[in-house]
Amino acid sequence: MGNTITEKILAAHCGKKSVKAGEFIEPKVDIALGNDVTAPIAIKEFTKTGEKKVFDKNKVVLVMDHFTPNKDINSAEQVKFVREFAREQRIVNYFEGGNCGVEHALLPEQGIVVPGDLVIGADSHTCTYGAMGAFSTGVGSTDLAAAMITGKVWLKVPASIKFVYKGKLRKWVGGKDLILYTIGKIGVDGALYKAMEFTGPVIESLPMSDRFAMANMAIEAGGKNGIIAADRITLAYVENRAQRKFKFYASDPDAEYSDVIEIDCSKIAPQVAAPFLPSNAKPAAELCKIAIDQVVIGSCTNGRIEDLRIAAKILKGQRVNPNVRTLIIPATPKIYADALKEGLFEVFLKAGALISAPTCGPCLGGHMGILASGERCVATTNRNFVGRMGHPKSEVYLAGPAVAAASAIKGKITDPDQL
Amino acid sequence: MSEIILKGKAHKYGSNVNTDEIIPARYLNTSDSDELAGHCMEDIDEGFVKKVSPGDFIVAENNFGCGSSREHAPIAIKAAGLSGVIAKSYARIFFRNAINIGLPILESEEAVDKIRSGDVLEVNLARGEIKNVTRSEVYKAQAFPEFMQDIIRKGGLLEYIKSK
Repeated sequence: MGNTITEKILAAHCGKKSVKAGEFIEPKVDIALGNDVTAPIAIKEFTKTGEKKVFDKNKVVLVMDHFTPNKDINSAEQVKFVREFAREQRIVNYFEGGNCGVEHALLPEQGIVVPGDLVIGADSHTCTYGAMGAFSTGVGSTDLAAAMITGKVWLKVPASIKFVYKGKLRKWVGGKDLILYTIGKIGVDGALYKAMEFTGPVIESLPMSDRFAMANMAIEAGGKNGIIAADRITLAYVENRAQRKFKFYASDPDAEYSDVIEIDCSKIAPQVAAPFLPSNAKPAAELCKIAIDQVVIGSCTNGRIEDLRIAAKILKGQRVNPNVRTLIIPATPKIYADALKEGLFEVFLKAGALISAPTCGPCLGGHMGILASGERCVATTNRNFVGRMGHPKSEVYLAGPAVAAASAIKGKITDPDQL
Repeated sequence: MSEIILKGKAHKYGSNVNTDEIIPARYLNTSDSDELAGHCMEDIDEGFVKKVSPGDFIVAENNFGCGSSREHAPIAIKAAGLSGVIAKSYARIFFRNAINIGLPILESEEAVDKIRSGDVLEVNLARGEIKNVTRSEVYKAQAFPEFMQDIIRKGGLLEYIKSK
C-alpha cells in the first residue's frame, strides 16, 4: 500500500522507509519558527533548562511581526528580549524593522522554506508552507523550545483527507474562496488532526498566492497540516529564491485516505465567512445588506502582491465609501516596494485607503485598525472569533481581496460582480 | 506513583471555545502567568475569574481550544487556579500545549454529557476516572499513549526531555 505525500515527508525526516497514520515519531525539523508573541516564552523555557546554544543557528527563525512596529511598552520589551537572544545566539534569520514582514509571507518569499521541508512554528498558521509541498504545522512555545534544543519534534502521523477540486473557477473566485467554502462544508473540526491534501485540476493550475491562502487556513478546519504537491508552478516560484536544495514529493496512486471529498468549483461564488466561525461561509451576495465600518486587505492569508493587484483592479478610479476605513497592509517589505513601483499605492491613496507597514496588526486585534463595539470589518484575514479584531461586540467577516475591495466601495458586503 | 486526586466544581461551556476567548490577543504582550490568569475566558464569560475556586474544572463540548497556537491559553487556565479541563474533544495545538505545560486534560463524551455547571468533581488522573460527587456518577476518560502520560508525570515536555 502506498504513502501519502505527508507520510513520505515525515518518513524522510525520521530516517524511516515509511510511516503510517497514528504512529508516533520524532522527526528532525528543517526550520523552527517563532514570533514576537510566542518566542519570549520559548526562550524563557529554553533558558530554564540550562541549555546554552540552539541546535542550529541557521534553522531557528525569529520574525517580529505580530505587535510591531512595537505597539506599546510591553511589546517593545518582548521584542527587545527576543532581539538580545537572537544576537547572543547569532541567529541568521532574525527579522525586525525594515526587513521584517508577516512571517508566513516572508519565509517562502525569501526562500527560507523550500519544498520537501519539515517546518514547525509557534504560530498556528505555520501550515501555510504546505502550499509549497512541505510538511508544516503550528505548535506552542514549549514545543519550539524543545526543537531549539534537540532539532526535533514529537508528532503523531496524521491520516489524510484528499480534497479534489474540479470544474471551472468563476470570475473573482480564488484560493481564499475555495478554502472558505471547504471549511464551510466540513466545519471547524472537520479535519481535526488530519492532513488536508488539496488536489485536482483546479489546484494544479492555481497560482502560488492562492495555494498559500488555502494551506494557510487548514488550521481553521482543525487540520494538522495542509499540503499541495509541488509541481511546475512551485518550481517557477522556488527556483530563483530557494536558499537550500529542495525535494518534490507526491502521493502514491494507491495511498490511503480517511476520506476523499470532491468539490465542484463551478458552483462556488465569492465567499464570506460571517461571525463567529470561519466555517460560517456563504456567498457574499447573500450578505449584501450588511453595512460595514472597516476593510482590511492584508495578512498571511491574502497580503501578497497578487492580492493587492486584485484589490487595485477593483479600486482603480473609485473612492471607498466615506464610512469605511480601508486598510491595505502589504505583507512584506518586498511586496510593499513592488506595490509602490507598480502604481498600486497611487490607486489605493486616490481611493481613500490607508497603507500600513507590514504587520499582523489588526488580524489578531493587536493594533493598526481595532474595532469598537458594534463595528463590522470585512477582512482578508483568517479568523473571526468573538473579539478577534477588538471589542467583543464587534464583528469580522472573512473574505478574499476582491470581495473586500468591492465592499469598501459600497460600504456594505458586496460580491464584486454586483459592483 | 502516588494517586493524584483533583477536586473542584465544574464550569460548563459549549463547543468551539477558542483561544481568542480563553485569552484575547490584546493580552499577549505579556507572558506573565499571573497577569494572564486575570483575563482568562474574559470575552466569553466576563465574571469567570471571580467565580473560579482553586481546583475547579472547565468542562466543554467539542473542539476545545481551537484557533491559535498561543501557549498563553493553557497557561492562563492553569494560572487561574483550575485543576484541568474535561472536554469531548480538543483542538490539536491546544491539546499538546496543555500536556507540554502540565495542565491535566481529559477526553470523555459521557462525562461532558452528564456534568452540569456547579457539580463537584473528583478526578483520578492516573486512572482517567472522573467522579461526579454531586450526582454520584463515575465516568471513564480516554487513555493517553504511554509517552504522553510520561510527559505529564515528569511535569512537562522539557522536564521529560531532560530526564532522557
